[in-house]
Amino acid sequence: MITYALKRSILAILVALTVSMISFSLLYISSDPAIAMAGETASDADIEAIRELYGFDRPIVVQYWEWLKKAASGDLGKSYYFRTDVSHLIAERLPTTMTLGLCAIIFAIGLAVPLGVASAIRPNSIIDRVSLFLSVMGQALPSFWFALILIVLFSVNLRWLPVSGSDTWQHFVMPTIVLGYYAAPAIMRLTRTGMLEVLSTDYIRTARAKGLRPPVVLFKHALRNAIIPVVSLAAVQFGFMLGGSIVVETIFALHGAGFLAWESITRNDLPTVQGLILAFSLFYIILTLIADLINAWLDPRIRIG
Amino acid sequence: MTDLPQITSTSPISGVKSRVLRHKGMMIGSTIVVLVVLIAILAPLIAPHDPYHQDLLNRLKPPVWDSRGTWEHIFGTDHLGRDYLSRLIYGSRISLLIGIGAALISGIIGTFLGVMAGYFGGRVDMVVTFLITVRLSMPVVLVALAVVAIVGGSLQVVIGVLGLLLWDRFAVVMRSSTLQIRSMDYVTAARAVGCSTTRILMTEVMPNVVNNLIVIATLEIAHAIILEAALSFLGLGVQPPLPSWGLMVSEGKDMMLFEPWLITIPGVALFALVLSVNLLGDGMRDVTAPENRN
Repeated sequence: MITYALKRSILAILVALTVSMISFSLLYISSDPAIAMAGETASDADIEAIRELYGFDRPIVVQYWEWLKKAASGDLGKSYYFRTDVSHLIAERLPTTMTLGLCAIIFAIGLAVPLGVASAIRPNSIIDRVSLFLSVMGQALPSFWFALILIVLFSVNLRWLPVSGSDTWQHFVMPTIVLGYYAAPAIMRLTRTGMLEVLSTDYIRTARAKGLRPPVVLFKHALRNAIIPVVSLAAVQFGFMLGGSIVVETIFALHGAGFLAWESITRNDLPTVQGLILAFSLFYIILTLIADLINAWLDPRIRIG
Repeated sequence: MTDLPQITSTSPISGVKSRVLRHKGMMIGSTIVVLVVLIAILAPLIAPHDPYHQDLLNRLKPPVWDSRGTWEHIFGTDHLGRDYLSRLIYGSRISLLIGIGAALISGIIGTFLGVMAGYFGGRVDMVVTFLITVRLSMPVVLVALAVVAIVGGSLQVVIGVLGLLLWDRFAVVMRSSTLQIRSMDYVTAARAVGCSTTRILMTEVMPNVVNNLIVIATLEIAHAIILEAALSFLGLGVQPPLPSWGLMVSEGKDMMLFEPWLITIPGVALFALVLSVNLLGDGMRDVTAPENRN
């Protein structure tokens, strides 16, 4: 287990380093960042001054190394637009996005697992068809459009929920539904196939033959085993949600990290964009690392194979 | 010995054909996809108006089913008085172009990486698996938005960016399919008679993974179409005045409270196209490899 954990952690670190290189080089695929920062009316001397001030005149490898050292200690540079520390900005906005992500994944699991179990118990029944329909819809419904339709329906016509903002829990209801709905289909399908597989095993037949009550067989024996892969999928989906939060937070003006991403991208605030890519990726890497370790601990076949 | 059961052999092709005809989702999906492709190709012939022609006196005319609507503009006009139906018709070109273009680029990258990893294994496999992990840990929407913002939004940029970002599923599926094919007897035989690696890859491996490749390509086309719409909706995709469906929703958003059809019409079009491309892809998987269902 320790060898596996070590190997897996080294992989995670390597991935994180590569991602940091990519997000760092993003700054350089654009035109000269010094020119971009100085603005259109700047003279050559101004540009040169900025180049020296920010160290853009040094070799790129040196710059990357400096940036990485700072980033490792939590210093992601200063935002061009907000004129504050990027790490501070992200730390300020992240709780909102985390709350949204957590609500959304709970919503997704709450919707998907019961439907997945129900459709596995009775394949091709009405419930199975409804859940298939829901997941096919989820693949094709553009999230931004779904969000707008919800706004028209619940905020404008029924006046149940506020349109935008992030002050009360009501502000989180629609974003949660939109974001969570897209994570549900994958979880639902995995629960269904997992349950179908487990229900056909010998130990379930034994449990039934012993005369155990069906709910006990279903939840204590079957679901417990079928749910293991769902845990790691949910972790992956939670990571993807941060990316999806950009669209959702922008539409609902929810002041989280996703909204910050949109703000900084439209304002060409590259240090913030860089920092956010790094933060989102790191979060995903850590999440999948934890999920893999939990899985390996639960299932010895993974850590040996 | 006399009552041996009759062996009715059906050729693989006729088997597939009957499965296609019985597959409802695939029939619906392919019908709509063919329809949209025809609309896109014939756009100049069927569009009633010029999609870029502004007529500020006829702004925000409602569609024909509204009591104020006219047959002159069946789907009404937008905030600049442009005919909505014509914009919708031309918009199908953008969606299809981006979907197919992005899937082509990512398909080439992903298939190359996946087949290499699956066939050679070992170090090559390690590197490719690593690349896939790196790719998966970077949020697609964020990276795509950032690159488009830096490079500038245009049709080509969006196709390129999505193409460079969406290869992960191709690589994963091609890797595992090639892994299966590699251990087949006919591959060993080809190697034994001294075929070159290129020849084995092109004539033995590729033809056997192409089914999976087409299925993934279809699903990725849908994925790229929906991502383009999201990027354009956020203002960092295809730029106005091009009639992208995502852009149309974005332009109609400010007036959606009074004129909801401005967002419902392009939204429904987008939904119908993505849904049918997905149905087609799922259907093809069921039909060519029925054992992969669930």
